[in-house]
Amino acid sequence: MTTRTVAYWPGCVSRGFTPELHGAMALVAPKLGLNLVQLDRGSCTGAGVLAEHNQELTDTLNGRTFALAQKVDQAEFMMNICSTCQGAQSESQERLDANAEYRHTVNHTLAQFGLSYDKGIVNKNFLWVLVEDIGLDVLKSLVVKPLTDLKVGPFYGCYIVRPVDRLGIDEDNPRDTYLPKVIEALGGTVIDYAGSHKCCGFPIITMNKEASLKQAGTHLTDGQNAGADALVTPCPLCHLNLDMQQPVAKKAVGNFDLDMPVLHLPQLVGLALGFSAKELGLNKHVVRPTKLIDWTETVVASVPA
Amino acid sequence: MPEFTLRIRRYNPETGAAPYWDRYTVDLEPHRSVLEGILQVKDRFDSSIGVRCSCRAAICGSCGMTINGKAGLACHTHLSEAMSRSKDGTIEIQPLGNMPVIKDLIVDMDAVHWKKVNRVTPWLLSGDLPEREHIVPRESMVDVTQPMACIQCGSCVGDCLAMEVDPDFIGPAALAKAYRFVGDPRDVQHEQRLKDLADDPHGLYTCTHCFKCIEACPKGVAPMNQIMRLRRIAGQDHHIEDVNNGERHEEAFVVLLQKYGLLSEADVVPRSYGGNGLTGGKLSPKSGEQVFQSLPFLAKAVLRGKVKISQTLFPHKLDSESLAEVKKIYKDVKGREERLELNLYITGYDEDGDPTTSEAIPDNPNEKAGATA
Ligand code: SF4
Ligand code: SF4
Ligand code: FES
Repeated sequence: MTTRTVAYWPGCVSRGFTPELHGAMALVAPKLGLNLVQLDRGSCTGAGVLAEHNQELTDTLNGRTFALAQKVDQAEFMMNICSTCQGAQSESQERLDANAEYRHTVNHTLAQFGLSYDKGIVNKNFLWVLVEDIGLDVLKSLVVKPLTDLKVGPFYGCYIVRPVDRLGIDEDNPRDTYLPKVIEALGGTVIDYAGSHKCCGFPIITMNKEASLKQAGTHLTDGQNAGADALVTPCPLCHLNLDMQQPVAKKAVGNFDLDMPVLHLPQLVGLALGFSAKELGLNKHVVRPTKLIDWTETVVASVPA
Repeated sequence: MPEFTLRIRRYNPETGAAPYWDRYTVDLEPHRSVLEGILQVKDRFDSSIGVRCSCRAAICGSCGMTINGKAGLACHTHLSEAMSRSKDGTIEIQPLGNMPVIKDLIVDMDAVHWKKVNRVTPWLLSGDLPEREHIVPRESMVDVTQPMACIQCGSCVGDCLAMEVDPDFIGPAALAKAYRFVGDPRDVQHEQRLKDLADDPHGLYTCTHCFKCIEACPKGVAPMNQIMRLRRIAGQDHHIEDVNNGERHEEAFVVLLQKYGLLSEADVVPRSYGGNGLTGGKLSPKSGEQVFQSLPFLAKAVLRGKVKISQTLFPHKLDSESLAEVKKIYKDVKGREERLELNLYITGYDEDGDPTTSEAIPDNPNEKAGATA
């Protein structure tokens, strides 16, 4: 298999609140032929909040990370594992690439650190890499434990599906349709439900808690009603609202039976590639995927009806 | 002539009957609009379908509806484009969301959209009139042309995800309208306008940043971007504290990023509620209350090894050299007299600025990153 070197941006959350995400990615990468060169010196993307505060500040910090990525020897592209990082970085890149004068201003600040951003970096979420670079056929061929009978609902995260122009979503790269394809390639069954492309509510969890939890609770309930055993997401911030907040989210929507495991994308891939639930950190979730996993065998099975 | 199958949601609240779907097939060229499809259906099969339209040219704003899951103008959506979003080979047509249905595709814009727009005092408050005319810099008027492009079609309102869970949320169209005046140098009530929005728990800080309104708007108004500008001006130029702790949340984020270079979520929560002073954050009573509220799940998170207690005290941090660079960037950029913003709606893209034609990271980039301090 082809081995690709990628400049890897893990993000903050995957090293903070959801360490299992970073861990799972590190585990599956070699199997997928990804040589991850971690951008240890990069700073937080600002997650949309910093851009709300000051655009130039955000774009300069992200420009710095891009410049560091462009220095990685042999890297084919830059990769992230967080929808929100993708969105925030793509927003900065859009401005930096669109206007030479603006780019020059940002590069002027970066020059004091010996850094410079060259327009046109390719920066992709792991989900896009799976489909566009590794390829679904190759992914399929790597599956050792197909997720047979596992019914999975996709949950993208806003930042990776909108706005379509900025994210390069078009007929050739219908990136907002990739999750079901990946679930199928791994042998699972896709569950179509109302919330897959909606907002998890995380951005307003401290500002309008009720609305935020209602969003999370509604999508989880819709997934449950459509028959999903679990949801899968490429976004750790969505994971925080859907998994960690689930005990309160279910109260917010009055659905006390809610018990919906939420998997990070690399974890779902990892299960099919034969890693154990424990290796993938599934035991670290607030909602334990007990109903999906036989902890002694780590065979994925559906819940008996 | 190619055929398209339209599935139209029918509902007449006056009859008391439940909503149902009707299915019709029309013959039209793919570049014709969904509205033309609906009008052909009315002509050929059922004239009783309720639909609002007038200009048929994306000017009047009356034909907003939900087409294959996305709000927009029916007269401005090609049949072929609608088909490309189809899941089952048909074009699914529904009224706009978040508003009560009057009949079929007609929603009550007065009850929701116009009511919300009226909440932001949608006219210029110019104070004492100048003797002759207002003289304003050209750029600042160009800047407000973006919200001024709004044709009040309600598409953004129909697709707003925050309004879906909080019907009181003032919403994208009204907030875009608010920026139209906050960005206008002739208006003298900027601060009061922003205070009103910040004092409303369903106002400025209930937007979840979901981009839905940007995608829905047929006129490039990008309401969410206007909302972010309102927040920027409210927080930084007027130092307005809002009832949702939105400004504090933003400040907490900014301060922590400056301090650590990376975000520590465990630290953002208490700070969002308790302020950013040296003794603020973890110690203030308000933040205590919040931490207490979060205890059940936080405790679980600690138990599962997800969060270490020490994380809230010693968040993860960049290496010292990188951190110094981050701090220098803060210092340089925040030291500017004016915030530098690039609005691509106004500036457009450089001629050769198409990012999709870009190259991957070059093999040997070390050579050209030559600039030094
Ligand atoms: S970005 Fe904000 S205003 Fe726009 S649709 Fe989403 S929640 Fe509503
Ligand atoms: S902002 Fe755009 S979508 Fe919203 S009402 Fe105005 S024109 Fe319609
Ligand atoms: S009919 Fe006027 S905007 Fe569509």
